[in-house]
Amino acid sequence: MLEIKNLHVKLEEEDKQILKGVNLTVEAGKVHAIMGPNGSGKSTLSYVLSGKDGYEVTDGEATLSGEDILEMEPEERAAAGLFLAFQYPVEIPGVGNMTFLRTAVNAQRKARGEEELSAADFLKVVREKAKTLKIDAEMLKRPVNVGFSGGEKKRNEILQMAMLEPTMCILDETDSGLDVDAMKLVAEGVNALRDEGRGFLVITHYQRLLDHIKPDVVHIMSNGRIIKTGGPELALEVEHNGYGDLLAEAV
Amino acid sequence: MVARAALVKAKADATTDRLAEYEVPQGASWAVEARNKALARLTETGLPHRRDEYWKYTDPSSLVVAQAPEAALFENDEGPAFDAIDRIKIVFVDGVFDAAASSDLSAEGLEIERLAEAVESDDHWVKDVFGVLEGRNAQGAVPRPLAAMNTAFALDGVCIRATAKVTKPVNLIYLHKSKVSDAYLHHCIKVEGGAEFTLLETGPAAARFSKVMEVDVADGGAFHHVRAQGRDHERRAYTAQFGRLGEGSTYKSFTLTANGVLTRNESVIELTGDNAVTHIAGAAVGDGSDFLHDDTVFITHDAVGCESRQVFKKVLRNGAVGVFQGKILVRPDAQKTDGYQISQSLLLDDDSQFLAKPELEIYADDVACSHGSTSGAINEDALFYLKSRGVPHHEATNLLTLAFLAEALDEIENSAFADDLYERLSNWLNRRVK
Repeated sequence: MLEIKNLHVKLEEEDKQILKGVNLTVEAGKVHAIMGPNGSGKSTLSYVLSGKDGYEVTDGEATLSGEDILEMEPEERAAAGLFLAFQYPVEIPGVGNMTFLRTAVNAQRKARGEEELSAADFLKVVREKAKTLKIDAEMLKRPVNVGFSGGEKKRNEILQMAMLEPTMCILDETDSGLDVDAMKLVAEGVNALRDEGRGFLVITHYQRLLDHIKPDVVHIMSNGRIIKTGGPELALEVEHNGYGDLLAEAV
Repeated sequence: MVARAALVKAKADATTDRLAEYEVPQGASWAVEARNKALARLTETGLPHRRDEYWKYTDPSSLVVAQAPEAALFENDEGPAFDAIDRIKIVFVDGVFDAAASSDLSAEGLEIERLAEAVESDDHWVKDVFGVLEGRNAQGAVPRPLAAMNTAFALDGVCIRATAKVTKPVNLIYLHKSKVSDAYLHHCIKVEGGAEFTLLETGPAAARFSKVMEVDVADGGAFHHVRAQGRDHERRAYTAQFGRLGEGSTYKSFTLTANGVLTRNESVIELTGDNAVTHIAGAAVGDGSDFLHDDTVFITHDAVGCESRQVFKKVLRNGAVGVFQGKILVRPDAQKTDGYQISQSLLLDDDSQFLAKPELEIYADDVACSHGSTSGAINEDALFYLKSRGVPHHEATNLLTLAFLAEALDEIENSAFADDLYERLSNWLNRRVK
């Protein structure tokens, strides 16, 4: 599904290499987790994959279902099935959440040559999905993320994911700023979307999210590289011993 | 001083040239007197010049020259604004009243008459409004010669007196059908005590359009004004609204402007009765280096506990220029004044310009006045967020542009009018960018 080979990335504005040869393959139906200390390049990886400006790929490649995504515009990547749940969802005053969701859903359908959803059909689907995430009608009416609590913002990300039905989901520190109940709710939302055709890349600092979203594979990232890959037990190891031992090992 | 003398002479010459073919129209003595006074105000200051304080950002020369510059007609497949709204239509084609296209002018709670007729009658309520509000110049030392010229020479317009709460709006529809039209209209409105009235104005009007509107709102009265100026690319317009508010009265005005080579909208509002409220707002979209849009607003607080609010937003691209000049004057006795002013521009590229001059002049001590002005580009984070959800670049830009303008449209109280304009704006943006 998602294949990253030898990915090297530097900041456009300064001569600073952030990713120094990332290799990673996420298969359909699998959940991969990336853990790592601050500044290891986890968020950069998520931004580069989704097409944010400001980064320059100096070497390597990334493909989604065989298609080179690095050459695509962010909206083309989305239409190709990529979704990034933001660590800090952006507030957009003046754009209603509903308008935003419908515009996004229909833009992707259009890009894929599918028929746009009618207002009535859209409403039906969105209400249903919002309900399971405990997102009320009021939240749907409000401008995108404006005045939302941390938990509401993250739930709103998962709602977008549920509406857009991507094939490859990247979750960038979705657990940050969430209390236990909110995290459970978000994890349930993610788990509901797990299926054979969909891959997940879950970026997190902590094991606790992985208690709720059980990963198949865990990677440890440090200094722009993946230094270790293992099963779920690797996350537990980090939880108990911190990153220190792993980093020492890698050096 | 030589330069000063040269400027005075240049202005006097330009004024003489322009007025060569104008004669003060005949009519009832009060009307002729009002026109002569206006002419005196005009000749005293001369027509505006780039070097005048309130014209330094906007070159008025194409408004001043004797021959109106040609403006190509603009065909579009768009339906008329506010078409779904039950309204009294009064149509002017290039400034000339079109009786056949207009509604029957009798309406409950309203007296509607053409200015051309009103100025013929010896005793008419309009004599307390016509040229009176325009000539007050409440802030002193700010000449408005183009408005005075309009008072002196405009032959027609409408006079509307509201005597009750009227729900059905009057829509002045301005059609532009001649490439060389040079149109003048002068409207006088009187909202009597406790009455309420809504005026809609739509259309491009003429190749060059001069319009003055004087609105006298008595105690407890309410005046609502929503207009859409557009969409002809080459038209020019000078418009001025003069409002005088009595105790506990309301004056709310919103203007949407699209396209046009030059548009100068002046608002001169005087709060003369306690606890009066005025909101003046506008949204403008300009594309191209031949677009210049200028909002110039003067609000005078001359009574206790009044509220004034100015909200102006402009979206500019491809070298378009936006101007905002807004002044709040709070007189010594106008305690408990609540004044607010914000002007913002969204610059979609590096070539466009926004020039803003906010002014506060406050002589009372128990006053809350705030103002702000910003210029900025599209928020890149918001743009990326939308694109990451699959919304194409141009659609995302439009969505954010609309969101920016929506805050000004929110100033329109009646959601039916706001929705109509919002949809129109959305269509314009989508058409332009694709």
